[in-house]
Amino acid sequence: MTIRPIRFLAAAALFAPLLAFGQKNGCIDCHSQLDGELKAPVASFATDVHREYNLSCPDCHGGNPNTDDVALAKDKSFRGAPAKGQVPRFCGGCHADAAAMRAFNPALRTDQLSQYETSRHGQLLKTGDTKVAVCTDCHGVHGILSARLPKSTTFPWNIPQTCGRCHADKGLMERYKIPADQRDEYMASVHAKALFEKKDLSAPVCNDCHGNHGAFPPSVSSVASVCRQCHPSAGELFSKGPHKKAFDEIGAGECEACHGNHKIGPPSSAMIGTGSGAVCVECHDQGSRGFDVAAELRRTLDGFTAHYGEVAGLLSLAKRKGVEVSDAEFRLQDVHTVIVSAENLTHGLDTAEIDKTVADGEKELLGVRASAVSAVKEASFRRRGLVVATVLLALFAVALALKVKRMGRARRGEGSPGDPGPKAP
Amino acid sequence: MAKSIGRTVWEFLDERFLISTLLGFAGKKTVPEHRRSFWYFFGGICLFLTGIQVATGGLLLLYYTPQVGAAHESIQLIMGGVKFGWLIRSVHSWTANILIGMLFVHMFSTFFLKAYRKPRELTWVSGFLLLVLFMAFGFSGYLLPWNELSYFATRVGTDIAGSLPLVGKGLKTFILGGPEISQATLSRFFWLHVAFLPIVALALVAVHVLLVQILGMSKPIGEKGTREIPFFPDFLYKDALGWTLILVLVGVLCVFLPWEVGAKADPFVPTPLGIKPEWYFTFMFSTLKIVPAHILSLEGEKLAILGFLAGGLLWMLVPFLDRRAGRGERSPLFSWIGLALATYIVVMTVLTYTVPKL
Repeated sequence: MTIRPIRFLAAAALFAPLLAFGQKNGCIDCHSQLDGELKAPVASFATDVHREYNLSCPDCHGGNPNTDDVALAKDKSFRGAPAKGQVPRFCGGCHADAAAMRAFNPALRTDQLSQYETSRHGQLLKTGDTKVAVCTDCHGVHGILSARLPKSTTFPWNIPQTCGRCHADKGLMERYKIPADQRDEYMASVHAKALFEKKDLSAPVCNDCHGNHGAFPPSVSSVASVCRQCHPSAGELFSKGPHKKAFDEIGAGECEACHGNHKIGPPSSAMIGTGSGAVCVECHDQGSRGFDVAAELRRTLDGFTAHYGEVAGLLSLAKRKGVEVSDAEFRLQDVHTVIVSAENLTHGLDTAEIDKTVADGEKELLGVRASAVSAVKEASFRRRGLVVATVLLALFAVALALKVKRMGRARRGEGSPGDPGPKAP
Repeated sequence: MAKSIGRTVWEFLDERFLISTLLGFAGKKTVPEHRRSFWYFFGGICLFLTGIQVATGGLLLLYYTPQVGAAHESIQLIMGGVKFGWLIRSVHSWTANILIGMLFVHMFSTFFLKAYRKPRELTWVSGFLLLVLFMAFGFSGYLLPWNELSYFATRVGTDIAGSLPLVGKGLKTFILGGPEISQATLSRFFWLHVAFLPIVALALVAVHVLLVQILGMSKPIGEKGTREIPFFPDFLYKDALGWTLILVLVGVLCVFLPWEVGAKADPFVPTPLGIKPEWYFTFMFSTLKIVPAHILSLEGEKLAILGFLAGGLLWMLVPFLDRRAGRGERSPLFSWIGLALATYIVVMTVLTYTVPKL
């Protein structure tokens, strides 16, 4: 090989990356010089998840990006922006194609379009109602982020806001005769508290109960199954209990009848009984057997909870006074589990089982109480010991101080009554 | 009869241990008395606290288990299950901290009184080495309860050692016994805390005290008075008065603020925010945090660590550098340097606990 071809190959190798770098995208070049909504896609697409898979404008919109001429760019393949009613099928062009998706993200489901078409949104869209949500309403248009990213509109703690954009819009919801307070109600629920305060990403948001692409309001017959996804134990107890048959007969939606739907409060024994805040009295009138059972259940649970509170207070007092009580605290946690278990058992209304559970808990609580009382006594003992030791040490210190003073006087030859004075060398 | 037995025992022991000679020496020993002789008592307080450390540390060994799966539980047992275990551990931890504080006071009072000058250079050097050893005691002992704070503070501390140029990586691996804090780390920290450091420290304490006994207490430069008091019993009684007051303070602290056990260390949780080493390391720790990333194209943190090492070496060699004090003349330059250093340590320590995110 002569020197010239070698030089040529070296130059090609050196400049090849520059040629690739210089490869143009006419869509971006032009749109970045435009204003408003024609410019917006350029900025937002920079972080779009599709860009991570090397997809670009023509992959969705068609056209020729390798020219500056607008007429030439909008060639036969150019599809432009779809009308809102066409968006699901536009996105579904890839997302409903398992073969196409396998080339990019094989783990991503490809049933979103079919699910969407069965959803309330999809059904209304079919009727020509373009006010309903399509893919871009929830996921965004050119700035689509993976649902795993906290900034994504479909990340768990952004979903109430995403759904609420339409569902909290009174004007829009009036059209469909559905309330617009679900988001606010959800935000006051125990689920929202778990999500936003405890940052528990497993806490349910809108799509966990209603579905996401196949969004549909759970009916009376399905609401219990929805709740059972996360609360299987309560559901199983309920199914075995007497309420199941009664609720079925009156057509009440199991869990929802007592706990509500969007504004689900923290469960507590306050929901049981016959007083204010108790849900039992909504069906059981005074004098009925159900009324009496509810009152008895409340008394049992309240008594247990009050004993628990008293022991927890004693332990907290001992801890504040510096006594090590971690073992007793650990056992108290077990008792708390028993409280939760007893409260859960109320779903099955097996009073004998509840009484047995509470009795076992009370027995454990007695042991913890003994430890707590002992810890409080220990704290008092320590303080008494400190007082005695301090008094003795103070007396010793005073005696030493007097002795030192006396020795000082003796050294200086001042002397004092009863002082033998300095020793002769 | 009893008197006769006692006399026989005394004579037996005296013949072998020369107790009469030692008592004769103690009886003749005197301590200068002047307006700054108050500072002499801090040495005795340090010795007294060291004795408490040895006694309480020995008792803690009866129940402490140096294993990752049992260390925290054994501390919980000591604090909650062993009779007076809470007192022994709290006294050990509180006096350890007070001891370090007293060592600093003792060192700076010695410095400002220029007591390091000839012929007490080695007393100063042994004292400085004792401070370093007691800080190592604190660092190694802090990890032993295997709680969250101590675990992550140790990680921060060893990371700093690991950032030293050339030897850092090897030094960190040697300290930890591997790439991370593990059972190997706990084992060698335990060995360091209860075997190696006590032997070296007790030997150094013996040298330090022996030098004090042979050379006596230094009189500050310019102190003209000739008043002296007998070491035994006058000075010892005054010392005992100080020890008694320290005991009252320790008692109050132990009863009202018993040393906490903390949550068990979990290496898999993220480092808690605002993690700090023990208070006596914070002036160095905070310095490393505020030092610029680069100083004259050199890494700021590494430069600061080298600065501390060089500074510590110079501080130890002060008796040989301060020639004026060696001649019995005043040396204000060294006094100003000492004052600046003491102020820096106090200010940085206070800032660590008062300025958020420092």
